[in-house]
Amino acid sequence: MSTKITPAELVPRANDPATMTPRPPTKKKYRKENVNLTAWLFLLPSFLGFLVFTAFPVVAAAGISLLEWDLFSSPTFVGLANFQKLLTDEGFWASFVNTAYFTFASVPLTIITSLILALLLNQGFKYIAVFRSLLLLPYATITVSVAFVWIWMYIPQDGLINTVLSWVGISGPDWLVSETWAMPALIIMSVWKGFGFGMIIFLAGLQAIPQQLYEAAMVDGASSWARFRNVTLPMLSPSMFFVVVTSVIGSFQVFDQALIMTNGGPGTQTTTLVMSIYRAGFENYNEGYAAAQSLVLFLFILVITAAQFLNQRRLVHYDN
Amino acid sequence: MTTEPATRTRRSSGTTMAGNLRAKLIVFACFVVTGVTLLPIVMMALVAFQSDGESMAANPSFWPTSWHPENFTRIFELVPVGKYLGNTIIFAAGTTVLETITAALAAYAFARLEFRGRSLLFAIYLGTLMIPAQVTLVPLFIMVSKLQWLDTWQGMILPHAFTALGVFLLRQFFMGIPREYEDAARIDGANRWITFSRVIIPLAVPAIATLAVFKFIGQWNNLLWPLIISNSEATRTIAVGLQVFQDVNGTQWNLLLAAAAITTLPLVVIFFLTQRWFVRGITMSGLGGR
Repeated sequence: MSTKITPAELVPRANDPATMTPRPPTKKKYRKENVNLTAWLFLLPSFLGFLVFTAFPVVAAAGISLLEWDLFSSPTFVGLANFQKLLTDEGFWASFVNTAYFTFASVPLTIITSLILALLLNQGFKYIAVFRSLLLLPYATITVSVAFVWIWMYIPQDGLINTVLSWVGISGPDWLVSETWAMPALIIMSVWKGFGFGMIIFLAGLQAIPQQLYEAAMVDGASSWARFRNVTLPMLSPSMFFVVVTSVIGSFQVFDQALIMTNGGPGTQTTTLVMSIYRAGFENYNEGYAAAQSLVLFLFILVITAAQFLNQRRLVHYDN
Repeated sequence: MTTEPATRTRRSSGTTMAGNLRAKLIVFACFVVTGVTLLPIVMMALVAFQSDGESMAANPSFWPTSWHPENFTRIFELVPVGKYLGNTIIFAAGTTVLETITAALAAYAFARLEFRGRSLLFAIYLGTLMIPAQVTLVPLFIMVSKLQWLDTWQGMILPHAFTALGVFLLRQFFMGIPREYEDAARIDGANRWITFSRVIIPLAVPAIATLAVFKFIGQWNNLLWPLIISNSEATRTIAVGLQVFQDVNGTQWNLLLAAAAITTLPLVVIFFLTQRWFVRGITMSGLGGR
């Protein structure tokens, strides 16, 4: 690469030839003071935006959660009343249970799918790049767009999925309008939409495993299952840990597909935590209550992520 | 790719019947899995070409009995899809450009300039990565509405243009650039701005492109923020606008899915064009998380 520097830029800035001040001492002093100034000039646009649109709102969320405020009248301070209300709000706890159901079903299913496909792609054959691209396609689509085609596929009467099921003699459920099957329907769609992420991470992880480990295992007469169990899985566990942690965080924030495909229904069967926040804040204009719910969501995510990090040492193998 | 060794081992020992069979089974499995995976996308395209009657019939048909490419122009007449797509481009490109520029500048300061309070400030940036976006949703909405910014571009774009994640990813990349490159330029008398814009930025193009592609796709996908901030056609994005096609008098599946296909098509094109960066972005986010 070439670095183009014009002669004009090569002239030192703080140099006044008229006075001919002895250069080395002033220059050194000038430079030393300048690092802070230069750094802040570089930081300023990002820092201002960060301060106004991230740091301040985070602090403000805590304050708003102590208010009763519909944005039209002036806010009243209600202390911890919003949090007390949460404890007995059946709707909120239903959305918590739904979100937990979604997370603990979709994360393992997504990870198993990602892993199987990564293993398949890692077998090494021609056109692997083509299959990899095509398998990544769902991950690159717009959630809202594909949510609509999944609604169409889930049509109970002669819909695509139930038609295929009928070929093997299964009479399919009513999917999105069924109390039992609406959530599994969302989970299946989300696994389809999301497996590409883990697949790419696992593929990179698999390709980084030294071939000698497998050769050593072969010499020891390890079966292919034993090689998978004792070489592949431990070597892949750091990638696995990363995918689990990020997927759990992402799943706790599920919103788009639930809003489009079921709008939280039937009843409250698929109302998620973020949907509950959305309803409180932007449909019922109960800003304090919405802020309180968002902080509790944060707490849930924090606890569950901390729990995973605490178990990391036991489950994850770090090779140096 | 790094799959070469595996291919070679299989070829050398794979002249046996069992080896051939295994290879064929793997390719077969790949075809089946890819077919199933692509089915929803293929169906979206097929239904989009069906006639009104066929797509709204009580029992859905799969292969169009007659082809109606005019569906793709009809949606532009029925709903301002063109306007919505334009808005989506403004929203996604606006946040991407602002984020990439400000993140690159800040990342340079964090990676190379030893200013006072650097570790503390960086720790604060990192700390906010843990906080889910929903926490800032209510305060940002209140801020935007108090500023009278609802339904404006500054209200749509600014709150999403400064994320700590962008700064973090670029800083990690800048740290990996050998200092010798800059030292050479600085000995020649180049100031910080010159080293940043002429040395660091050209070297960091892959990382910046990765961040830009990810940010653009992420914002094109963003439903919640436009849903609460935009309340007229002036700023409505296509992700929000798609819902118009739903349940007018029963869903017009052909038009809805034609619009859905048009919504997702630009991203599929971007994905295929920038796949190298896209894949790198996924793995980079993986390394960042460790």
